[in-house]
Amino acid sequence: MVSRFFVLLLLTGVGAIFVSLMFGYVPDDALNLTARYYAENTVRDTGAANIVTAIVVTYRGLDTLGEVTVLFLTAAIVGLVLAGSQQGRLRREQPAPGELLVTGTRLLVPLTLLLGVYVFVNGHLTPGGGFQGGAILASAILMLLLADPLREFSHSLISAIESISGLVFVAIGLLGMVYAGGFLDNRILPLGTLGDLISAGAIPVIYSFIGLKVGAEFSSMMVNLSETEEP
Amino acid sequence: MSTIFIIMSLLLCGAMIVAGLMAVWPRRSLPIVILASGLVSLLASVQFLLLAAPDVAMTEAAIGSGLTTFLFFFVLNRVRKGTHHG
Repeated sequence: MVSRFFVLLLLTGVGAIFVSLMFGYVPDDALNLTARYYAENTVRDTGAANIVTAIVVTYRGLDTLGEVTVLFLTAAIVGLVLAGSQQGRLRREQPAPGELLVTGTRLLVPLTLLLGVYVFVNGHLTPGGGFQGGAILASAILMLLLADPLREFSHSLISAIESISGLVFVAIGLLGMVYAGGFLDNRILPLGTLGDLISAGAIPVIYSFIGLKVGAEFSSMMVNLSETEEP
Repeated sequence: MSTIFIIMSLLLCGAMIVAGLMAVWPRRSLPIVILASGLVSLLASVQFLLLAAPDVAMTEAAIGSGLTTFLFFFVLNRVRKGTHHG
């Protein structure tokens, strides 16, 4: 009873904080200092039409490396935890997936892969980028797994894609230190004209490799979860 | 931001709270809980879109409501098998 009272009190307090935040909200008249810097200088500095991508990949590129590392650690730990359980699935009779699912998967998987690649290749022009595109790629793998739970995926291919993408990402960052202004500077390649597919220096390259890496990490997590079986 | 946006955002917030309550309501079956938490993410991604953050909206829709939901289902499946085998 007492604990329930405290929970109610806590909820009321949190609610009061949010209500006061909402009613006390006054929109700023102008962008603040950091935002104004990005809005004014992004196109000149990086040549990317999508300011968010420019910030994520160049200005705050180190944070992105950290995020990719966190995701990599997660995938590695999932693999480590599941490594103890028996590899190789029980070959018992699975209920056959429906005709609709199988046919729909055949139709949708190529389109989904294409959409994922489109999203991360065009990350510097339109909303989206490596993380989103990678997740879309992984959802195509998920569809394959749903349609055929016994399908074999090549673990070595997935981990090769994952490691090579990570290495290339860090290598491009180091090249930026040598040939341009600093770690993950995108000006090691020509900036090109604003709005072209091949523009914005190294941003499309970096984001494509981030996309492949994220896709491979999510796929390895799902394939591991689906393949291992409790003894 | 015009009034209609604010009203839509508040409605979305209300729907998110309802979905969140569905997720934490006691004695509910776990698949429904997982679907409800996926619904929270889906509504949140619409909310991000209304707030003019399409990049975040795409991330939330793809990872939050898509992959995470299915990861939870995979894990639920494994946990169930574990309890059945002892």
